[in-house]
Amino acid sequence: MLKISGLKVKLEEEDKQILKGVDLEVGAGQVHAIMGPNGSGKSTLSYVLSGRDGYEVTEGSAELEGVDLLDMEPEERAAAGLFLAFQYPVEIPGVGNMTFLRTAYNAQRKARGEEEASAAEFLKIVREKAKDLKIDAEMLKRPVNVGFSGGEKKRNEILQMAVLEPKMCILDETDSGLDVDAMKLVSDGVNALRNEGRSFLVITHYQRLLDHITPDVVHIMANGRIVKSGGPELALEVEKNGYADLMDEVQ
Amino acid sequence: MALAQAKSDATEARLSGMQIPEGGAGWARAARQDALDRLTGMGLPQRRDEYWRFTNPAEFLKPETPRAEIALDAPGFDDTDVLRVVFTDGVFDAEASDALSQEGLEIERFADAVTKHIHWIKGLLGVLETAGQDRVDRPFATFNTAFAEDGVVLRATGKVSKPVHVEYRRSDDTAEAVLRHMVRVEDGAELTLLESGVGASRLNTGLEVDIADRGVFHHVRMQGRDHERRAATHVFARLGEESTFKSFTLSLNGMMTRNEVIITLKGDDAVAHVAGAALGDGRDFHHDDTVFITHDAVNCESRQVFKKVLRNGATGVFQGKILVQPDAQKTDGYQISQSLLLDEDANFLAKPELEIYADDVQCSHGSTSGAIDETALFYLKSRGIPEDKAQDLLVLAFVAEALAEIEDEDLAETLRTQLAGWLERRR
Repeated sequence: MLKISGLKVKLEEEDKQILKGVDLEVGAGQVHAIMGPNGSGKSTLSYVLSGRDGYEVTEGSAELEGVDLLDMEPEERAAAGLFLAFQYPVEIPGVGNMTFLRTAYNAQRKARGEEEASAAEFLKIVREKAKDLKIDAEMLKRPVNVGFSGGEKKRNEILQMAVLEPKMCILDETDSGLDVDAMKLVSDGVNALRNEGRSFLVITHYQRLLDHITPDVVHIMANGRIVKSGGPELALEVEKNGYADLMDEVQ
Repeated sequence: MALAQAKSDATEARLSGMQIPEGGAGWARAARQDALDRLTGMGLPQRRDEYWRFTNPAEFLKPETPRAEIALDAPGFDDTDVLRVVFTDGVFDAEASDALSQEGLEIERFADAVTKHIHWIKGLLGVLETAGQDRVDRPFATFNTAFAEDGVVLRATGKVSKPVHVEYRRSDDTAEAVLRHMVRVEDGAELTLLESGVGASRLNTGLEVDIADRGVFHHVRMQGRDHERRAATHVFARLGEESTFKSFTLSLNGMMTRNEVIITLKGDDAVAHVAGAALGDGRDFHHDDTVFITHDAVNCESRQVFKKVLRNGATGVFQGKILVQPDAQKTDGYQISQSLLLDEDANFLAKPELEIYADDVQCSHGSTSGAIDETALFYLKSRGIPEDKAQDLLVLAFVAEALAEIEDEDLAETLRTQLAGWLERRR
């Protein structure tokens, strides 16, 4: 599904290398987790994959189902099936959540040469998805993320994911700012969307999110590289001993 | 004080060959003559004048009527059930208009009203305009009082169910129009006035609104499509006790527009809201909103909400003032003017002013100018929305606060659609 090879990235504005050769392959239907200390490059990886400005790829490649992602605009990547759930979902006053979702949905369909949904058709789709995810329809009427609690914002990300039906989902520290109950709700949402055609890359500091979303593979990222990969037990090891021990071991 | 030579020359040149309209009842002639005298006394504005520092009046001063290509007929409030009053090239167009009759409303042509010896506008024509120049000269309003021949005269005596829609049309690319509308909303009555259309290559409109106690007046205006438009408009309003005045203007392009709104809250517990959204594209776009609100009674509320979206060298101006007189305690005044600059060539000039003589008041004002929020733009794009469409969404979101000032949701939706269509076409 997602294949990243030797990816090196620096900041556009300054001469600072953030990613120093990342190799990663996520198979169809798999859930991979990336853990790592602050400043290891985890969020940068998610931004570079989704096409945010401010980064320069100096080497390497990233492909989604064999298609080069790095050459595409962010909206093209989305239409190709990539989805980034933001660590801090953006508040957009004045834009209704429903308008936003429908514009995104239809823009992606149009880009893929599919027929756009009418307002009525779309309403039906969204209501169904919201119900599946136990999301209050009231949230759809409000402006995008404005006045949403931390939990609501993250659930709104999951709703977008459910509606847009991406193939490759990147969750950037989705657990940050969530209490235990909210984390469970969000995880349930993610789990409901897991299927054999959809892959996930879950970026997190802590092991606790992985209690709810069980990964197939866990990677440890440090200093711009993936330094260790393993099964779910690797996450437990980090939780127990911290990153420092692991770093020593790797070096 | 004698006028500076340059000013008096420019005034003379502009007025040469112009005469106040023939005919009319004695009181109308007197009001016009008085306006002409005042105009000659104050002179037409120059760039050096305090209130014209940001807007060059040259386009309004040229003696010859400018040419402007006739724009596509802009659909106005087509989906709204209205009483349509059409002015073509500045003259009432009976054929294109609806019959001038409506329950709870006295409606007639200004050109007819001024010929009557007894008419309620006798005590109003030029009165609010004159009072509105207490602090600041507004020569083009005085020009309007002196020279306007036609317009619509409305007196609401009850709740008028259908809005009156004044539609401006033109058939000539050098049409010059000077129109004067007069409105009186009687005690407890309600009226909505809509304005739209391309009007003239140079348009000067004046509107005097006198709202009695508990009267309600809504005004929604669309200035659009005619890129080469030059328009100087004035709205003067006087509010009685517990009365309401709400005015909203959507301006899409137009090379030179100056909209002045001058309001006096004269009765206690009155409410006045003025709002506008202007979108300009191109170096030759210039839009100016100049507002002056005087609180002269207790416990009144006023709001000014203006949003401008500018790109490719377009210029937006906001000059807004709240004056609170010594007795106007419990005043609640709010003023916000914001611009969204879509590139580095766009300009926004703002002059917010507060002048407060009462001690128990609440007045706030703010003015900001900013670029598009890149984080929000990326968020939208990351969901598959192309850049231009994402930008349009953010533009619509930016002006939403101003549009929210329109009370009638259907009218607001009409304007939103106009706006979205304009954005779509500009791409």
